[in-house]
Amino acid sequence: MEVITEEGTAKRSGSPGISKMRKQSFYDNIAGYLFIAPMLILTVTLVIIPILLSGVISFSNWNFVSGLDGFGFVGLDNYTRLVQDESFHRSLYNNLIMIGVVPVAMFLALVLAVLINKATYFKTFFKVIYFMPFISSFVAIALLWRVLYHPNNGPINGFLRSIGFEHPPMWLADPKFALVSVMIIMVWTSLGFNMVIYLAGLQNISRDLYEAADVDGASPLRQFFRITLPLLSPTSFFLLITGVVGSFKVFDLIMVLTGGGPAGSTSVIVYYLYEVAFVNLESGYASAMGIILLILILLVTLFQWVGQKKWVNY
Amino acid sequence: MRSIKLNRVIVTIFMGVAGILFIMPFLWMLSASFKPELDVMKYPIEWIPSKWNMVENYKQVWAGAVPFTLYYWNTTKVTLMSTALSLIISAMAAYGFSKIIFKGRDILFLVVLATFMIPTQAILVPQFIMYRWLGLFDSHFGLVLLAASGVLGTFLLRQFFLGIHDEIIESARIDAAGHWTIFMRIAMPLVQPALATYMILRFIWTWNDYQNPLIFLRSDSLFTLQLGIRKFADFSGEFYSLMMAGAVSAILPLLIIFMIGQKQVIEGVAMGSVKG
Repeated sequence: MEVITEEGTAKRSGSPGISKMRKQSFYDNIAGYLFIAPMLILTVTLVIIPILLSGVISFSNWNFVSGLDGFGFVGLDNYTRLVQDESFHRSLYNNLIMIGVVPVAMFLALVLAVLINKATYFKTFFKVIYFMPFISSFVAIALLWRVLYHPNNGPINGFLRSIGFEHPPMWLADPKFALVSVMIIMVWTSLGFNMVIYLAGLQNISRDLYEAADVDGASPLRQFFRITLPLLSPTSFFLLITGVVGSFKVFDLIMVLTGGGPAGSTSVIVYYLYEVAFVNLESGYASAMGIILLILILLVTLFQWVGQKKWVNY
Repeated sequence: MRSIKLNRVIVTIFMGVAGILFIMPFLWMLSASFKPELDVMKYPIEWIPSKWNMVENYKQVWAGAVPFTLYYWNTTKVTLMSTALSLIISAMAAYGFSKIIFKGRDILFLVVLATFMIPTQAILVPQFIMYRWLGLFDSHFGLVLLAASGVLGTFLLRQFFLGIHDEIIESARIDAAGHWTIFMRIAMPLVQPALATYMILRFIWTWNDYQNPLIFLRSDSLFTLQLGIRKFADFSGEFYSLMMAGAVSAILPLLIIFMIGQKQVIEGVAMGSVKG
């Protein structure tokens, strides 16, 4: 700050400046803390302390009905129990199958986005239509699809019979088809979000590239694979990660649609966790499951960090 | 030129058909809520009801055995309060994290951001216990605090605050304006579109939330709409026309808000994600 040419001037211009700066930064510190205080207090009390408590409770056999007297440490028992628990395996397996929703929804969304972006009128109208399931509550959606999927006289099976299927699937009532039925709904609800993000990504690709490719005589299909797809890779990667993380968090839909049934065929980790915690009242065991879920999501995020550097072209 | 136009018309028509197929479930829901129960499951589907029973159905939902009006009011109250509180807290934190230089800022921001990855289900048990200790269990205020504790708003708004040039802030400070004045008079008006976006998103999410009311509410008089339609569905069991009328009632207000603010929502979702 100070350039010393003569001692006198340096003192005169320098020292008030310095003290003013000090005051300023002291004031900034206070102001900064005050601005973030409400957020920080809420986050610490409602998220950070609970996650630490979750970690502690996961090593105990506690249930919250018995009060503090019933608190005993059991070491890693809850975790070893998870390794042997068939219902947990089933839920984890279902979660992994559900990840299949993500590429399907992404592919459909990309096709729609490219078509809408390039070759249609009424862009806004289409955006709104495909976005509708995204704004509807999962409870209403679950109730709606429960009726649509009705095995005997629901509209879906009515349609399938009318085009010649003698015995259409029983959908949610059949353990073999229940998970697929849920996944169809998940594709339907996530399509709009994926499409909107892809549309935004497409807007960012400069037109010059396509014009240059036109001049070189590249076919539209080739342009798609050589220009559009590579330049959308950050978008695709973002959607892949948010989709995978999101598929681990589907609770409302399962709860209202199937309650994990029939025969556990649609139970997922978050739903099983809810059952163990609030129906069987095993707080310790449920917390251990929560910690495992957190670790799974952290792994996906870690994969994102590493992957972004390796596979995404910016 | 002409062939391109024709192509566009053809693709538009094709996409229109796909779009109608896509929202068919919603159309079916609306049409079912207008029919007498006996006609709901008829095949072929009567898209336009031959017999209308609309008034009767909606009367059953709104003035029947389940206090739907009360649930509606509860949801409206919780949603408005959550949205307002969340907006203020998030905007303040976003400003602090982007425009004020203080000790430990970046570390604290990282910590706040890291909580974003924690799935809500992993902390349900301790939250539940804490809520009982703190006396927040079974209260609307407790739900409002939960909704406001999300960090997404802070993250989203910070992105937009970062886009404000520091020179503007600096010159205001030379004119002896404090941070609060700058935040209220300069920063907030500049990020209005982002505020509107986050407001609408927060509104939609809180309105539709099922998990938190399910866990943190016990008294029927405090129930929100989502718990209400679930209860209504169990209550009216196989009356699909009534169930659909309930579902339509739950979705309709959001649909209206979305239609008004669709540009904000869609652009906001896209911007927040592509930028981040």
